[in-house]
Amino acid sequence: MTNVQSIASPAILPEDRAHEADHPSSLVAKFGADQPLKLDCGIDLSPFQIAYQTYGRLNADRSNAILIFHALTGDQHVANIHPVTGKPGWWETMVGPGRPLDTDRYFIVCSNVIGGCMGSTGPASTNPATGKLWGLDFPIITIPDMVRAQTMLIDRLGIDTLFCVVGGSMGGMQALQWTAAYPKRVFSALAVACSTRHSAQNIAFHELGRQAVMADPDWHHGRYFEQGTHPHRGLGVARMAAHITYLSDAALHRKFGRRMQDRELPTFSFDADFQVESYLRHQGSSFVERFDANSYLYLTRAMDYFDIAADHDGVLAQAFRGIQTRFCVVSFTSDWLFPTPESRALVHALNASSARVSFAEIETDKGHDAFLLDVPEFFDISRAFLQSAGSARGLTKAGG
Amino acid sequence: MSAQQQTLPLNGLAQDSAVTYRGDHLLVAEMVERGSKVLDVGCGEGDLLRLLETRGIDGRGIELSREGVNRCVAKGLAVVQGDADTDLVNYPDDAFDYVILSQTLQATRQPRVVLENLLRIGRRAIVSFPNFGFWKMRLQLLVGGHMPRTENLPATWYDTPNIHFCTIKDFVQLCDEINVKMERAVALDLYGRPVRANLPWWFWNMFGEQGVFLLTRAGKTK
Repeated sequence: MTNVQSIASPAILPEDRAHEADHPSSLVAKFGADQPLKLDCGIDLSPFQIAYQTYGRLNADRSNAILIFHALTGDQHVANIHPVTGKPGWWETMVGPGRPLDTDRYFIVCSNVIGGCMGSTGPASTNPATGKLWGLDFPIITIPDMVRAQTMLIDRLGIDTLFCVVGGSMGGMQALQWTAAYPKRVFSALAVACSTRHSAQNIAFHELGRQAVMADPDWHHGRYFEQGTHPHRGLGVARMAAHITYLSDAALHRKFGRRMQDRELPTFSFDADFQVESYLRHQGSSFVERFDANSYLYLTRAMDYFDIAADHDGVLAQAFRGIQTRFCVVSFTSDWLFPTPESRALVHALNASSARVSFAEIETDKGHDAFLLDVPEFFDISRAFLQSAGSARGLTKAGG
Repeated sequence: MSAQQQTLPLNGLAQDSAVTYRGDHLLVAEMVERGSKVLDVGCGEGDLLRLLETRGIDGRGIELSREGVNRCVAKGLAVVQGDADTDLVNYPDDAFDYVILSQTLQATRQPRVVLENLLRIGRRAIVSFPNFGFWKMRLQLLVGGHMPRTENLPATWYDTPNIHFCTIKDFVQLCDEINVKMERAVALDLYGRPVRANLPWWFWNMFGEQGVFLLTRAGKTK
């Protein structure tokens, strides 16, 4: 008998996740009809809201604020228990007391991106004009749109200049967009495992993921919530494919090799005989519990469209001309999603603009995901960069 | 995990206050005006950059080895991984007041192109290199009949990164050829002490273990 298994159905009720989209378990900044978000596609999004978290305290002269950006499937819950999954924050190795992003010294803000599904307005939110969920009626958003929304949040918080913008992967794209579009508002930038443009290979992987979602009959052209379904199989497959790109051949071999899962011999079936299969299925099924399928389509699209140079006559250095922001660019040797040459191209453009830039390539077999994992050299470099920038900014040890 | 556990053993980071600087670094630092903007090409572990920072100089670095770069960045220095032969072209004209090439010229593939780039990017260049005309070198080749090795250049011919050795005399000649003016020239002996300044070139070429030169572009004539 052939045993065919697919992605398990979500254990977390879709209603719990859907509730977070409109009523997040975090701080929320609401922007009314008088403050629309002007999107690159030409639409004014209004009203809209941004869900965010803060850690640490803003000092008296408002000079110690760090804005963190999450990656594709991250959210604002950087350093607290996640309200849906109950798991620790996604960057607790980096953010907290005594950590490189030290909450005793810095005021740290992280917001859910526009288009996300954890409380900032996106396809999983209710469209106030219709009273129904946006679904595919939600306008296409871009990385610059996400950043424009963040500037409105930072204005709301009364912060003029950010001490640092920090992010990896899609978060790094946002950090770079901040420096290119609002250089005077960014004192320093830590851009990790990212690029100034999304490569053809990465667009291809994203298209694979989107097609997997849309091929799932439960997707219902993006109106699954009205059918009481969620395309968990399609989204799960998308996540499995993407997850492979976050790792490396060496890391997969180190973690799993060809080892079998709870068995000695092959079952001669399509069951998950290998540990690596079982692991991927787990990654797929746990992801669909917390993430909205349409949101995945929108955010991958936003990354695909990202190309800073395109907005500057194709010359990347033009984007950073005369910039005073201090940069730290970090890449990882085994990252084949955002490989080191992408970072090097950014560094060359920054050099051509005479920007103050540090660039370190860290040796690890952990692949793209290295920026989320325990890589001490990355922590050391981040810490030293922030301390050096902090001295230049006149920040004292007490955060003052 | 505590903060202590996350810290790598970085040479020179802990004993910050008790740092001793190399003789040629002190000489180079003394040549740089305060408040200027400097690019150190081949900055190693960042010792010279740190010395320059203590003098209020805005220093940036390029270093070939990844380990060197990461140690520099972990000291908070603005250093990028790069190669003098291939990466200087990315910098615009007049980007720096000084560009420093310390003990690296002899390891580049195209020393002449590198030198021209230094003086395109920087208004001034400070170049130091081991002098192959040093008497110990000459003696080893003449008497020993083998490629010279010294305390400061211990590598054998088959594993040395230094592929373009020159003498002080050779370097002076190259500067003339590419229309570079020497504002200052100092020869250092084996112990990093300046050789007396009022001696003729041939003496320097014989008794200087290394040469340190402050260069500018000569006018457009030639």
